[in-house]
Amino acid sequence: MTVARVIAALAVALLAVLPICASEYALHIVIQVLIWGFIYTAWSMMGRFGLTSFGHGAFLGIGAYIPALLWNFAGVTPWLGIPAGMAAAVLLAIVIGYPCFRLRVVGHYFALVTLALSQVVLLTLIAARDVTGGSLGMTLNTAGHSWTALQWPEKSHFYFLALVVWLAGLAVWRWIDAGLDRVALEAISEDEIAAASVGIDVMREKLRVTVVSAALTALGGSLLTQYIQYVNPETVAGVAVSLQIVFAAIAGGMHALLGPTVGALFTIVLNEALRIVFGIHFIGAANTIYGILLILFIIFMPRGIVGVAEGIFARTLRRPNGALSATRA
Amino acid sequence: MDIFLLEAILNGILLGGVLALLALGLNLIFGVVDVVWIAYAELVMCGMYAIYWFCAFFGWPFLLACAVAILLVALLGVLVHLLIIEPVLGSAPINQLLATGGLLFFLQSLATLLFGTDFRNLGVRLPLIEIEDISISFARLLAFAVALLGAGTLYLFLTRSFLGTAIRAIAQDRDIMGLMGVSQRQIYFTTSAIGGGLAGLASCLLVLQYDVHPFIGNSFGPITFMICVLGGLGNMIGGFIAAFVMSQIISIGGFYFSIEFSYVLAFLLFIVMMFVRPQGIFGR
Repeated sequence: MTVARVIAALAVALLAVLPICASEYALHIVIQVLIWGFIYTAWSMMGRFGLTSFGHGAFLGIGAYIPALLWNFAGVTPWLGIPAGMAAAVLLAIVIGYPCFRLRVVGHYFALVTLALSQVVLLTLIAARDVTGGSLGMTLNTAGHSWTALQWPEKSHFYFLALVVWLAGLAVWRWIDAGLDRVALEAISEDEIAAASVGIDVMREKLRVTVVSAALTALGGSLLTQYIQYVNPETVAGVAVSLQIVFAAIAGGMHALLGPTVGALFTIVLNEALRIVFGIHFIGAANTIYGILLILFIIFMPRGIVGVAEGIFARTLRRPNGALSATRA
Repeated sequence: MDIFLLEAILNGILLGGVLALLALGLNLIFGVVDVVWIAYAELVMCGMYAIYWFCAFFGWPFLLACAVAILLVALLGVLVHLLIIEPVLGSAPINQLLATGGLLFFLQSLATLLFGTDFRNLGVRLPLIEIEDISISFARLLAFAVALLGAGTLYLFLTRSFLGTAIRAIAQDRDIMGLMGVSQRQIYFTTSAIGGGLAGLASCLLVLQYDVHPFIGNSFGPITFMICVLGGLGNMIGGFIAAFVMSQIISIGGFYFSIEFSYVLAFLLFIVMMFVRPQGIFGR
């Protein structure tokens, strides 16, 4: 594990000095990778234990809209607005999660219930067009360079904020991994009834991980809004973004610590590359290739990029766990 | 009774016909192949584009375009089964859901790539029927009638023909049927073709009422799954009735509030129903 630590420390140091040498454009890409990587990581906290949620668009939308609405209409600083958004997401997660877990709504029924939830949030945001601007979206009131408004013209400020939040997300993942919760949740995902029979509180374990995942997803959503200073219901809520989250996390590999982030890197870089290659003439090209890749991923490598890479590493190093793998390989 | 409310209820019944047709196709595939096609509404979108191009670009007569489109979408259904479903038949149900989700992404973006995000209209104007003060769109009435006809034909096929009986038998016990000399693979392909054909039929009816654009599936897809689950996944009669329940909620909700809000109500009802009766209203 020491080799892994050295590599991790080097990587963080490298990321810390990145704004000095990177161009504005590169920084923009990295910020997006960090924020989306954080959101995908938050989703995978549930996803890797068999809780496949198609409803993270709901939490993302709430996290994106509540701080923005509070700021635009009441002048409340995002420092209060973001926790408020996270609290609302947690509340929603409990309202939906409790009955789901109590009544044992699992598998694709759970996926469909959460899918309906994300549609509810999307349509509510569009229906409340007097306040939210509906499908046209909403622009944040600008405040120039302001710490209270969490708005800076310089990209580097945002970069560090995104970096800290992303690292915090990884820390939460490790924290779940280190505790007994992980063992309990793995047991639950294998066989719920057997897990309950050995004394695992299935309800509580599932609800806890759902609450954490929802809160972090909402935080990611609010960061997106603060960074772009514009929010649109279609990009933060609904089926489309929920599926985007699921697929990126799976493509990267939802069982590994860095998997979801690799998923974000993969999808965003692919998108940008295709945009540069094709220009504006082929609007759907990126997503077309993306869709094909997703199908191929599900069929041929359901463990994702990092999962496959870990397997190769483990084999070449002839160790049961690859040196780079922080979690089970 | 308020004349506008009456109109909303009538329109709800007519909308229910098309939704029932969609739910029927999805339910058939789920009941037999045991896979939820998340991208089912995208097949309808493909059919609508096909009809649009045949009519607007090649100048084919509408009925010919419809017939070819139904065949094309049925073929697409077979391809979906061959290329996407078959490789994941043995894996976890959630992976099957995700594989067809990838297809959803693919079809939506391919349509964007090929046709752009423009809203395209066939430009066929069917007359309004006025009975006293209620006006009903002829396109909707036609869609309702054809949807019912399609559902009836499917029912007869499933109950009266040998192939239909085999399909129903496979849905009940897939292992035993192999021993009875029915090829499971062949039945799966037939079912996928029929499911695709029903999506094609729905696209013929919808193209008369709505503009075609790459994301049209998003307006029908989610509600169709909700209907199927509400009626009990795989239970075709349940799905048929649930389609009318949902369409009434959407139509009457849209009358009292706004159309988005009525969908919110429909989805909330779905969530609550999943908690109260997870096996669906008409589930066993």
